[in-house]
This record gives sequence, C-alpha cells and structure tokens, in this order.
Amino acid sequence: MSPILKISNLSKTYDTGFHALKGIDLEIKRGELFALLGPNGAGKTTLISIICGIVNASGGTVTVDGHDIARDFRAARAEIGLVPQELTTDSFETVWATVNFSRGLFGKPKNHAIVEKVLKDLSLWDKRNNKLITLSGGMKRRVLIAKALAHEPRLLFLDEPTAGVDVELRRDMWRVVRRLQETGVTIILTTHYIEEAEDLADRVGVINGGEIILVEDKIELMRKLGRKQLILHLSEPLEAVPETLAERGLELGQNGETLVYTYDTQAERTGITTLLKDLHAAGIRFRDLQTRQSSLEDIFVNLVKAPS
Amino acid sequence: MNFHAIKAIYRFEMARTGRTLFQSIVSPVLSTSLYFVVFGAAIGSRIDEVDGVSYGAFIVPGLIMLSLLTQSVSNASFGIYFPRFTGTIYEVLSAPISYLEIVIAYVGAAATKSLLVGLIILATAHLFVPLDIQHPVWMLLFLILTAVTFALLGFILGIWADNFEKLQFVPLLVVTPLAFLGGSFYSINMLPPFWQTVTLFNPVVYLISGFRWSFYGQADVSIGLSVFMTFLFLVICLAVISWIFKTGWRLRA
Repeated sequence: MSPILKISNLSKTYDTGFHALKGIDLEIKRGELFALLGPNGAGKTTLISIICGIVNASGGTVTVDGHDIARDFRAARAEIGLVPQELTTDSFETVWATVNFSRGLFGKPKNHAIVEKVLKDLSLWDKRNNKLITLSGGMKRRVLIAKALAHEPRLLFLDEPTAGVDVELRRDMWRVVRRLQETGVTIILTTHYIEEAEDLADRVGVINGGEIILVEDKIELMRKLGRKQLILHLSEPLEAVPETLAERGLELGQNGETLVYTYDTQAERTGITTLLKDLHAAGIRFRDLQTRQSSLEDIFVNLVKAPS
Repeated sequence: MNFHAIKAIYRFEMARTGRTLFQSIVSPVLSTSLYFVVFGAAIGSRIDEVDGVSYGAFIVPGLIMLSLLTQSVSNASFGIYFPRFTGTIYEVLSAPISYLEIVIAYVGAAATKSLLVGLIILATAHLFVPLDIQHPVWMLLFLILTAVTFALLGFILGIWADNFEKLQFVPLLVVTPLAFLGGSFYSINMLPPFWQTVTLFNPVVYLISGFRWSFYGQADVSIGLSVFMTFLFLVICLAVISWIFKTGWRLRA
C-alpha cells in the first residue's frame, strides 16, 4: 500500500539563517499513529507547518496521498487536518459556528449531521452554543480538534495536543485519539510526554537538530534499545562489590543496600542463574528482588544525548 | 474555485459586523450626522451655494467618500490583521484555498460593509438635505470601485502591520487628512491657484470629484480623469497584493 505521506529530502532555512530542517526523508503508513519526538527547537513544528502549507520549504518534496503539496495544494490540503500547538481560537464565535466555518474553509458543503457527530464524539455537543471565550483550556483543545476534523481529513496532525492539559483530560484526549485511529484516520502526533507516545504510537520517529535520527516500530525500538536491570535488595549493606564478582559489572546503589545487574534480554544467556549462584557462594543474601525495563523516555534521552 | 471557502470567510467577516454593530455601522452614521449638523446646518447656512448646489447638499458626496475610504481601509485591515494577531490565520493558510480566493473573501466582505455604511449615510443625508442624483449608475459604480480599491489598500495594510498602532496609522494619519483636503467640504476652485495645483497630487480629489459629478453633474476635474485615476489606484493595489502573495511576505515564513 502506498504511503499516505511521503517526505523526500525536505529542508528549511529561515531568513535568519537558522537551518531548521536538514534533508528530511520520511514515509507515513496509512492508518498508523506515528509519534514524532524531539526536544524543543528540533524542527517538529516546522516540519508539520511545511506539510500543512503554513511555512514554505527551502527544498525537497512532500506528497499527501500522491498529491504534491505545492503543485497540487488543493487536493493535498483537503486531506489534512491540523490541530496546532497554541490554543488559537476566535474568542467571540460559538463552537457550532467555528466548526462549521472550518468545514466550509476546506471546501466542503454544509453538513450539519457530520459536524454534529464530530461534536458529539468530542463531548462538545452540549457546549455547541457557547462562545469559545467561555470554555476551559481542555475544551478549547477539543474545539481545535473538532475544527480539524470537520472536513473529514484522512491525515491528522496533532501538535502537542496535551501540552498544559491536566492528567485526567490528557487520558481523556488519548481515548479520543484512539477512537479516531479506529475510524481509519492516520495520525501524526508530536509530544513532549514520552509516555503518550509509549501508550499510543505504532511507530516512533525522533527528530533532533533538524534531522530524523531514528524511525522505528515502537515495540521493536523498546526491544532493541531497551535495557533490563535486575535489582537485588540486600539483607546486609555492602561497602564494595566483592572482587570475585567484579567482572559482572555490578553496581552498588542506595548506600550499598542494593546491587544492580544490567543484562541484555536478547542475549543467549542473561547470566542471571550464575550470578545468583556466585552471590550465594560469596555469602551475599538478599531480601527482595525486582526487574526494571527502560522506558521510551530512557531511550529517547539516550538518543538525543548521543552526538548525531 | 473554492466557493465554499470564499463563502465561509465572507460570512464569518459579515457576522463580525453584526456582533460589532455599533462600531461598524452606528458610529460612522452618528459622526456623519454630526458633520451635517455642524457643517450643513450651523456653518453651511451662512455659506452661499457652491457650483449652483446648496452647501448642505454639496458636502454629501464628500462625507460619504470620507466614511467609505476610512471604513474600507479599517474593515479590511482589521479583518486580515486580527487572525494574524490571534494566530487563527493558520487555518486559512492551511486550507485548500488560493490567494485570489482569500482576497475575494476578505476584501469582498470589507467592501460590502463600507458600501452598507455609504448607503446608510446617503439615506441619513436625505433626511437633512434634498438629494437629486443625476447619474445613479455612475454613483454606484464609483461607490463600489472606491470601496473595493480602499479595501485592497486596507488588506495590504493589515498584512504589513505588526501592531495595532500601525493598523490605525494609515486610516487616521493618511486617509482622513487626504479626504479632508481632497475637497470633501469645498470645491478646489475655491482655493488659491498654488494650492489648487498642490491638491491635484492628492488621489482622493479624483474620487470625490467623480463621485460628486455623479450627484450634481459638477466636477473639479474631468470625469474621465476621475475614472482613470480610480482604476489606476485599483491596479496598483492589485499589483502589490499579487507581489505579497507571490513572496508570502509576512504571511508564510
């Protein structure tokens, strides 16, 4: 199946000379939820803005469902919905008016049934006659999503949709995103909350310094780059790791009360059995043990820390 | 052509007029009525006829033009500047809509609003002085052309401005003085010869003169020159707008 979004050698240099994007290549599969992660200033919003037509590219091409965003901008943009990072709304409009406006703006004839469904799906129906200025931040964010969905796009960009949203609303928003994906909409999500990507995404892309440094299936990524640790809580604290165990790369933690063993889950032998035997031989007893797998956050921090 | 988009923006802008009825309609009508009271009734009663027309009636075309020019510029500049200021412009820029369609929608709405104001002032003037419009078709044509041209100027201003002060600068400090000095309240023949020549460099003279001709068949400059100058200004505004859109100046980074 052809990708819904194809980005080839995309670059952007602003008038100030800032090189925001450096030859981006990326393909997004139909129906997937792609999380684009990156630190501040990495180029996430610039990339989205170019695809949506808000910023002009300096070089390269982008096609949406086969339509070039410059030559065939009408067809390309009609397929895209954008939920921007900032809560930008027309304060004095009603929810109903602003969502209908968005549908018309994207070239679609009036269809109150579709707008009603969008508002109901986002739990905004009761607020349809409210002016936007009277809504809370979370509700305004929903309105922005409703506006982006009013013209039934096939590709939806969510630029940090849960920034500044409390935990409960964030989880609520995740449910909305999952429901959208179930309806066949392809979603590209940028986020600062890595747990969001971990929870929602099918694939993860990491952008740093204007370059895509990694694109990987989320589960595969966590399997490949993730590390696992065995943490042993000792009965008696140790001052130092005994010499007989020095080769195993053990680390002492919590004032000598824990021993931490890092191992590769993919290796043929994890070394856990022999480690436990050696500990017994050295007379080291423990009262508890736990294992810990690195999160996407650990992986992300390591990736952007590493010189690219 | 994305007619749905043009309609959506046009209706959105017109709805804003409805919400700001006082600022959009009542305020210009009130200020024009005050002009009639002061210049027409109080001072005008002491002034003889100008070019065979009573002074009260003579100032009607100039007063309509004064409001039409400032309203067209203000409406259009605010219409495009405000979404830039609040950030909601992202939606228009990301929509499948061409620059031409954006201009038609915003400028069309701004021109419609100022035309409405112009026609309401005309009706208001009718309450104060007897009016006899000799060339009604030309009168409407001048009204529409001027409204569109100055709405285009306002659109340019709204894209150029990066704060509210700049937005007010042109209507208050350029358009209003030019309209006052362009023969709104006097015939330029009443000026000394030197100032008559200086006045001819004021483009608004041609608009007011042409518009007054459509009312009373009297003009300071020839009607052909008035029409030519109005079209020239229209073409200049269109040229600037097409350059703005070609380069994305102040709209797209």
